[in-house]
Formats: sequence, structure tokens, C-alpha cells
Amino acid sequence: MRQKVYPDAKSALEGIVSDGMMVMAGGFGLCGIAENLIAAIRDLGPKNLTVVSNNCGVDDFGLGILLANGQIKKMISSYVGENKLFEKLYLAGDLELEFNPQGTLAERIRAGGAGIAGFYTKTGYGTIIAEGKPTREFNGQHYVLETGLVADLSIIKAWKADKEGNLVYRKTARNFNPMMATAGKITVVEVEELVEIGELDPENIHTPGIYVDRIVVEVGAEKRIEKVTTRKREEVK
Amino acid sequence: MAWTREEMAARAAQQIRDGFYVNLGIGIPTLVANALPPGMTVSFQSENGMLGIGPFPYEGEEDPDLINAGKQTVTEVPDTSYFSSSDSFAMIRGGHMDLSILGSMQVSEEGDIANWMVPGKMVKGMGGAMDLVAGAKEVIVLMEHVEKSGAPKLVTRCSLPLTGTHVTDFVITDLAVFEFTKRGGTLVLKELAPGVTLDEVKAKTEAKFEVGLS
Repeated sequence: MRQKVYPDAKSALEGIVSDGMMVMAGGFGLCGIAENLIAAIRDLGPKNLTVVSNNCGVDDFGLGILLANGQIKKMISSYVGENKLFEKLYLAGDLELEFNPQGTLAERIRAGGAGIAGFYTKTGYGTIIAEGKPTREFNGQHYVLETGLVADLSIIKAWKADKEGNLVYRKTARNFNPMMATAGKITVVEVEELVEIGELDPENIHTPGIYVDRIVVEVGAEKRIEKVTTRKREEVK
Repeated sequence: MAWTREEMAARAAQQIRDGFYVNLGIGIPTLVANALPPGMTVSFQSENGMLGIGPFPYEGEEDPDLINAGKQTVTEVPDTSYFSSSDSFAMIRGGHMDLSILGSMQVSEEGDIANWMVPGKMVKGMGGAMDLVAGAKEVIVLMEHVEKSGAPKLVTRCSLPLTGTHVTDFVITDLAVFEFTKRGGTLVLKELAPGVTLDEVKAKTEAKFEVGLS
């Protein structure tokens, strides 16, 4: 019998985190991040991590807490503009940074999880992103060769899981999580709600359980909003 | 009088056709959504994984799981769909988006765009901009005509690192509207903002352009 459910984030990650590993962390900004699993990585303390994530949190939240704790050696991201600590560490030479165009990053992860070693894309042709990479012409258009990415560990966030690890995401909290689920040698998911097998509609599973090794139920998540933007009721037409 | 930001957005909105799927960049382009002529069916895409974006939520109804690519809280519309980042960029890179409207620091006379990096300053990253300019069927740059320093932003060659080459179809500034005859083709001045003269545009533009005012 498969036993994927762990009592908490720390026990789910104990023994599978190590210095120098590559970790994929789901989320877009602070939306759809695995808060408990990030905190457990901080507590377990592995160092020199390479972290693949679209962004790097903010100073005191999200992946920012691993930066603050000196655990990240390198980030592979598309946009890191919301983090002052990141800037300070980077400019001091204490942090390596590899920028990937967001679509290239997403596709590298998708490809890695699907066993595809590389793919050609138009994105970045003629820019510094293409420097040192093979290019090729197809039907008169120029393309850049990009490689698939596989991580030692993926920490992802879903809305619901059943005990088999079938996952359902909620709204835009889905983002990079489904691809990262497929591209981690070990994938650990943090979910808001765990249900019995049979309770999720098989027609509406976003990530099949085969990709999920360990499941923890999220406790005390803050779900911070990065930019609260609202309209006043009287503005309604 | 040069166009205001709102007027620039309204001018860009005139380029949108009924039925279009559109991605709006951060900054002035976000104002385009409020400037659409009534009666058009247009879907806005957000590259973090949403097609069909509604207005900002009412106070107290913000959902942390529902944000746009600028990380602002937004709402659904009746035909909204959600998807992963790879599906989102398949839409963008696969040529399914009718239009991308984005800001830029420089545009060259061959339609190269530079909008993500100033050497020597902290680089925040390109996000989805390189994918959008490479993949959208039509690309409109919406930007001030000159830098705060007065330096032209429509240049012979971009001095800043590029986002994409030969990718621009239209440039709308506070002074004028330009169109490229084709991707990588000739830049043509199509329209002047009210009260703006051809001499003023010529003086503030480094890029070579033809005059095709109607």
C-alpha cells in the first residue's frame, strides 16, 4: 500500500533534503507557494541550494526566508524585482542568478518532467539569452535551443489532494506547480485539504498522483497578498 | 498637446478588434482595458495562468489565489479559464494571442525592443516579455516618446540589451503613432497627437522613419 501522507512538512522533508541540491518551488510571486514546506527547508537547514522558481518571494516571506537564512547559492528565475535582500546579496556577489524568459522557464520544467532533453523556441533569439546556445532555422524563422530541467526535489502547493496524490489547484495558484510536480525526482505537495480516495472527480484532476511522492496538509498558512488592489463599490456602472 | 497616459491607452485600444485575445503589460498598457469601445468582446490574458480577467475586486473580497501577472488582485468574468504557466506560454509562444501591448525603454528603426535591462542597474528580469514579443501575432509598444532626460526612445539601434529583434508592429507614444510596414520593415509615421508638429517629432526621434500621415 502506498503511504504518501506525512504528518507535517518537516517529517515529509526529513532525510530528502541535502546541501547543494536543486529544488523547484512552485508559485507566482506569493500566489500558490508551499509556505509550510519552505519553512521546513529553513528549519532543516540545507545549504548551497539551487532554487528554480519564477520569483524569489519578498524580503520576509516565501523563498525570501531561505535567502535571509543564507541557504540559496543560485536562483533560476524570470523576475526577481520584489526583493531588496535579493538585490543586496546579488550585488555583493553572494548569490548566483540565471534569468530565463518566463515561458522558457515553464517549458524547460515541462520538458524535464516529460523526458525531453531540449527544444527549440523563438523566445530570446538575438538577445543575450541566446548567447552560447545553438540556434537553428526552421521555415525561415530563427529558434534557440533550450534544455529540459529536472530537480532533485520539487515543493509544490495544491488546493486539494486525495490520499493517492491526485491534485486539484485553485485559480491562479496553479501557475508553475503542475509542471514542477512532474520535474522533481521527489515531489512533495502541500495542500489545503486532504480528501479520501474517490472524493475527487477523476475528470477534473489537474495533476495525477503518479507525480506526487509525499503529501502534507498545510497548517497556519498566511497566504499573503503581494499587491492588494481593489475598486470602490460606488464605481460600479 | 501631447497625449496623456489615458489618451495613449485609448489610442492603443483603437487597434483592438472585436474578438481579440490580448495580453497587456505592466504600466500604461494596463489602462487599455478601461478604454475599450463598448460592445466589443475582448478577452485579456494574464501570463500567470488566466484568460478572461475581470476588474479589481471590491474591498474585502480580495482572493490571494486570484492575481494578475502584475501580482495585483483581480476577479473572474463568466468565461474565465485557468491553466498552468506552460499552457499559458503555449498560448503565447504558439501564436494564439492576437495582440500584446507592452511598454519599452527603446524601440529601434527595425522594430527591435529593449525593455528589461539597464546595464549597471539591478536587473529585475524579463518575466514573460521575451515570450510575448516573440509569440504574439501583433505587438504594440506603448511608451513616452523620449526619456525623462529628453533622449529619444525611438532609436537607430537599441543601446540597451534586447528583448526581441524585428518584433514591433506599432509604436504609440505621447506624440505620435508609428507603424512598421512589416516585421523588420520600414517605420512610418501615421498620426500626430493634436497640436504636435512633424518638426517636433523629427527633433525627438533618432530612428529613421517615413511620413505617411493621412
